[in-house]
Amino acid sequence: MTTETKFFPNHYRDSVALMRMSAEIAGLPGIDEASFVMATEANIALVVEAGLLEEGPDPRPNDLMGVVTGSGADEIEAAFDAAGEALASTEGNRGGGAADAVLPRSLDAALDGAPASNLALISCPGEYAGAEAMKALRLGLNAMIFSDNVPVEDEIALKSFAAGNDLLVMGPDCGTAIIDGVPLGFANRVRRGGIGVIGASGTGIQEVTCQIDRRGGGVSQAIGTGGRDLDERIGGVTMLKAVDLLAADPDTGVIALVSKPPAPAVAARILEKAAAAGKPVIVNFLGWRGDISAYPSLTFAGSLEETAHLAVAAGDGDLPPFEIDPMPSPAPADGHCLRGLFSGGTFCHEALLELTPVLGGVWSTSPVDKSLTLNDPWTSRGHTVIDLGDDLFTRGRPHPMIDHGLRNERIVKEAGDPSTAVVLLDVVLGHGADMDPAKAMLPAIAEARELAHGGNRRIDFVASVCGTGRDPQNLDRQEAALRDAGVRLAPSNVQAARLAAKVLAETAGGAS
Amino acid sequence: MSNLFGQNLGVINLGLDGFADVIEAEGGAAARVDWRPPAGGPDAAAALAKLAGNPAVEAANQQAFDRYLASQPVLEGIGIAGETLPGMGPRHILHAGPPIEWERMAAPVKGAVVGAILIEGWADTEDAALELAAGGEITFEPCHHFDAVGPMAGIISPSMPVVVVRDAVSGARTYSNLNEGLGKVLRYGAYSGEVLDRLRWIGGTLAPVISKALEKTGGIELKPLMAQAMHMGDEGHNRNVAGSVMFLKTIIAAALNSDSSREDVAASADFIANNILFFLNISMAACKCMLNAADGVEGSSMATVMARNGVEFGLRISGLGDRWFTAAVEPADGLFFAGYSRDDAAPDLGDSAITETAGIGGFAMAAAPAIVQFVGGTSATAINATNEMTHVTIGRNPAFTIPSLDFVGSPAGIDARMVVATNTPPVINTGIAHKEAGIGQIGAGITHAPMECFEKAVIALADTIK
Repeated sequence: MTTETKFFPNHYRDSVALMRMSAEIAGLPGIDEASFVMATEANIALVVEAGLLEEGPDPRPNDLMGVVTGSGADEIEAAFDAAGEALASTEGNRGGGAADAVLPRSLDAALDGAPASNLALISCPGEYAGAEAMKALRLGLNAMIFSDNVPVEDEIALKSFAAGNDLLVMGPDCGTAIIDGVPLGFANRVRRGGIGVIGASGTGIQEVTCQIDRRGGGVSQAIGTGGRDLDERIGGVTMLKAVDLLAADPDTGVIALVSKPPAPAVAARILEKAAAAGKPVIVNFLGWRGDISAYPSLTFAGSLEETAHLAVAAGDGDLPPFEIDPMPSPAPADGHCLRGLFSGGTFCHEALLELTPVLGGVWSTSPVDKSLTLNDPWTSRGHTVIDLGDDLFTRGRPHPMIDHGLRNERIVKEAGDPSTAVVLLDVVLGHGADMDPAKAMLPAIAEARELAHGGNRRIDFVASVCGTGRDPQNLDRQEAALRDAGVRLAPSNVQAARLAAKVLAETAGGAS
Repeated sequence: MSNLFGQNLGVINLGLDGFADVIEAEGGAAARVDWRPPAGGPDAAAALAKLAGNPAVEAANQQAFDRYLASQPVLEGIGIAGETLPGMGPRHILHAGPPIEWERMAAPVKGAVVGAILIEGWADTEDAALELAAGGEITFEPCHHFDAVGPMAGIISPSMPVVVVRDAVSGARTYSNLNEGLGKVLRYGAYSGEVLDRLRWIGGTLAPVISKALEKTGGIELKPLMAQAMHMGDEGHNRNVAGSVMFLKTIIAAALNSDSSREDVAASADFIANNILFFLNISMAACKCMLNAADGVEGSSMATVMARNGVEFGLRISGLGDRWFTAAVEPADGLFFAGYSRDDAAPDLGDSAITETAGIGGFAMAAAPAIVQFVGGTSATAINATNEMTHVTIGRNPAFTIPSLDFVGSPAGIDARMVVATNTPPVINTGIAHKEAGIGQIGAGITHAPMECFEKAVIALADTIK
């Protein structure tokens, strides 16, 4: 080990710059220690204290001193050369670029930067979503909570706070909304118009708004309530508020309500509110068996498509009465089964409501008849209709609307089952959904066909596409691609269910 | 009336960024939140839910922050600790950071205590001093309990001179000791003969020279001086070159015109001129003054103290005045003098984080281009460091403007709620002490306040809010 000292006369560098330079020189090959300091008395004392020099030289405060310990004279000379070059460099620390833009890390800070904001769209993990939504409400913002897994107590607290402060809380688990023509979350690009839609499920809203669009109608607002809103515990706070908002909205001429059957007391409250809205209201509480005669001013629809149809008709839409092919009967023979593989929960539910009566029982993860609950959701039996967007399936997997992998695997699996005769599918377009669902699905459909063909069998595919011509995926292009691949298409989900039953009956009839 | 429809939809998007892209493409406005999960567990989350956006807390913070901004610290004079600090007893030794008993004190603090006992003449030898310190006869208390602050070990014993800063608004006073310079010094735990001799000279010569000069100048308003120093490249914690020069410039003529001897003035001027940190302690007392003004506002989550004793980090917030919220403290990361590394470093130490608490130091990194090497070496990284703190601060201090940010005020007034909610710990610029007593400073760098203190404070504050 050798130690050498060198002075660089009349050089000034800040002590921090010199500490960094010392560290760099100490990292050169064959160098053990390096200390570059302004040669003041105090600094020289520090170098001695650190053990680099036994005795310090006389102070030379305007000179820069380097003390380097290394394995040999050549290494030390190279180190001093490197130090000299660094000191002579005029390059500085260029390349650092500009400072980062300052993105706010909190709702408050974001609101400071955008004080005209009126809605917070919250899609962080559910365990945090309740607190963030409460912050939003306290700041005077309406909230759309896309996140799910928010505790029901949080939902109650949020909605009662909102109710007391003239604010709207959409969600939790609100997948879809359209406010003033701007799609939020998973929503379609539908025409603007006079129909205000309020729905407890995202796919229910998507189907109704797209069916309105297909009929030339348009949407003023689409408000999601979240799936639990009409539960007894919540009491329909958001739906009630939304009816008020749409009743007062001059751009809304007709109101459509879509949800699974509410708790009885909640249903009564909502229907009373709707009857007093002063505008035509179309109600579809999918499968609800309440007494409609008590609400003569309201119009009740039997399917999502009919809801849209009646809403357009109630506006200025010049439409014929709603007529679609009836559900065929009697039930097809055994051994030829229908498999409904859905990505949208409400599509699945509507298909179950349609098919259960005629097929004499349909197995599901969320069946109409609880005794037909699939023990193993990953394996179909008899007629099976499932929602692959259910938490049961999506744990650790992307939602099948976003990534078709999960459903494609199931399509192929069903094809391996000799009893599978018809596969019924929904295809959802719009923001947030896969950018080309037909392209994503067709290889699995082809593989399934090949598998059936190998077993000397035939599988028919029946589907409906929920979307519009203005969606990024384009309705016409998607339908054409599916039709070209031999998928039998219906213009709505309810009609697809009936078409599937018809195809099944034909297949069974042909085979027997 | 609802504000949802027909208002040109303006969305604040928190979570999936793609939603904001769609909103913008479809003609809406979307402000994006760079959201991160809050720090702490369910208790902290529940506390935040109670405190976030709470009008009582917002109002309390604004009041505390306004008081902090309004405070006008004036360097009034020099006193003797035992005579000047209200409540300081004859056997008191004050130390940096939150309370700690002798047995648990960090080695540099113990070393400084020994030095103080020797200076006070309570013992003649190191061994006797150690015995006395352990014997329970001496009362150890945080400087902060006496409205005082001290860098590193922060040891103040009764005979030591202190700078006295007075708030022109309230009349309240704060204190700090006098900076001893670099090398072997008491604040890093050294107590050799030269250290004690220097302390005696500070008490016998330097303090009277400054004291007499201040009698001539009258009080020195400190905020303008600190602000000018920031325009000259100080951030007020790790770099105090400009502040020290400005201070010397301000008092030198008065010192020469006082009845101090020419030799004493010359020696004092030489000492200050060769101590680039001399102004730090004065600035710290000024910061303490501004933060004391903000203290005691019920419901406020604004930090009024951040301090370290070499074992624990301590936080105090305005709404819970005298309570300390503590967590274990780690050594800082930084640049080390030749021959030393992080392995040699003591856990973070000193009351000097009062500068960051007051919105200078690490919060004003963008003002100190000469030391940007601490944060990566470019002006952009220094600006990022300052901007990062806007996420956790109540506002900006218009008294301390930053040239490189077009003279915007330094981010100031740490809101404990925001620290936890955005999981963004306050940055602290700091000197690094050797873990053994007496070796002294071995580096300097950057550290962050431990999140745990802020979590505890937020939980405790929520308990007081209905």
